[in-house]
Amino acid sequence: MIAQAGVSVIERWISNYWLVIVAKAAVVLVFFLVAPLLVGYMEHKVLAHMQARLGPMYAGRFHGWAQLVADGVKFVQKEDVIPAAADPWVFSLAPGVVMIPYIVLFVVVPFSDQIFALNLDVGIFFVLAMSSVSVIGVLMAGWSSANKFSLMGALRSAGQLMAYELPLVLAAASVVMQAGTLSMIGIVEAQERYWFALSQPIGFLIFLVAAVAELSRPPFDMPIADSEIIFGHITEYTGLKFAFMLLAEYGGIVAFSAIASVLYLGGYQAPPLLSAIPAPIWMAAKVGALSFFIIWLRATYPRLREDQLQRFSWLLLIPLALAQVLVVGIVKVAV
Amino acid sequence: MASEERDIVETERPGPPTGLGLVKGLGVTMKHLLRRSVTQQYPEVKPNLPPRSRGVIALKQENCTVCYKCARECPDWCIYIDAHKETHEPASGGRARSVKVLDRFAIDYALCMYCGICVEVCPFDALFWSPEFEYAVHDIQELTHEKEKLEEWTYTVLPPPELEEGAEPTGGEEG
Repeated sequence: MIAQAGVSVIERWISNYWLVIVAKAAVVLVFFLVAPLLVGYMEHKVLAHMQARLGPMYAGRFHGWAQLVADGVKFVQKEDVIPAAADPWVFSLAPGVVMIPYIVLFVVVPFSDQIFALNLDVGIFFVLAMSSVSVIGVLMAGWSSANKFSLMGALRSAGQLMAYELPLVLAAASVVMQAGTLSMIGIVEAQERYWFALSQPIGFLIFLVAAVAELSRPPFDMPIADSEIIFGHITEYTGLKFAFMLLAEYGGIVAFSAIASVLYLGGYQAPPLLSAIPAPIWMAAKVGALSFFIIWLRATYPRLREDQLQRFSWLLLIPLALAQVLVVGIVKVAV
Repeated sequence: MASEERDIVETERPGPPTGLGLVKGLGVTMKHLLRRSVTQQYPEVKPNLPPRSRGVIALKQENCTVCYKCARECPDWCIYIDAHKETHEPASGGRARSVKVLDRFAIDYALCMYCGICVEVCPFDALFWSPEFEYAVHDIQELTHEKEKLEEWTYTVLPPPELEEGAEPTGGEEG
């Protein structure tokens, strides 16, 4: 097993370099299109039951399992409206700029020591860089919509990214310091004895909170606060473009859950005594559990005010994350 | 007065934030997730309505004396009544009696606001609240229901619930 670590299964099945690239891209794309639907369905059902409702029950005849497929079909049929005052090119490009970074990000997410698309040496750096590109798409959407609510939403989103990218990166940095590598697979392998969530519990919490804020998920959803600014930067979008924006949100949940499980929950590593269950299932289970947690937060907490959000990050999360880096650094040097 | 207000504020001042409330909140939503949801899937599962539900107003024609009280009290004039007078010669001689005969009694449920004043004022118990509520139609004209339909609805009126232990029996003057 160890000898084959770092070699993707696809590379062992197909020898042609270009075919390998196409196959990898196809697998990543299919994963990106399916996983968010599962999380979206989970959100429908979990949120409903947490509010003593049933959620979708009719689409697909069994507990509404096909609800999101039906929604997708509906979005495809809808008219694609571009506001008269909007900048049509930027407006149309924005959903792609929001969505593509999340697709690209899945390239480095490992599902076992052999199931992955790419083992980049700078894995976690690549992931964090990619995840912050999508805010440019959000700004593009907000600016080009020619709508004050869109613009306000986009600027809130940018401000939120400024505040929460820092604790996110600092928390990830202390994991990288402990693991001694930037590679996603390297970080997972470094957790063979114990998960980093046990050695850095505060870092784990900081990372989760910052990830929820990066995704603009409740309770940090001021950028799309529907009671104040309609739907933020997505206000003017319809049809497929709107669907892409939503897909990016749910893809983002999957992506950040995957990163958090790689960084803190041992990725595809099975907990002790349970290694009979194959690695990809462990990875999927951890991603599912973290996605559930993010949905659980939405059902539980009310939205923060803009100033509370900024205060929380700059006065609490960032100092804590810096202290975490310091402690990990001292321990690393001393031990 | 001012000192009293200050006292109230002081007693309600929260302690230092512990984060315990956040955990409690998560517990509340988790409890609801594990509980059965309260939703009834209506078209498949009929609602279990109380017997005195106010769904629609039904008419028992034989009790109606065409006194027009309901039509006159109706705040939005949704009750239509037509009647004519008939003279009945008594078989055993004596003076002829005149009776009012109901020709048309209709309620326009597009106008009705379900205030129930007609049911209240009816002196001879001809109007009833029925728990029936599934009479949606595609055309607003069809919401004017004639006396035949209103009569049908009287059969959906459920008997009154049993009196509670020790309650005084109802029964008006003779009781």
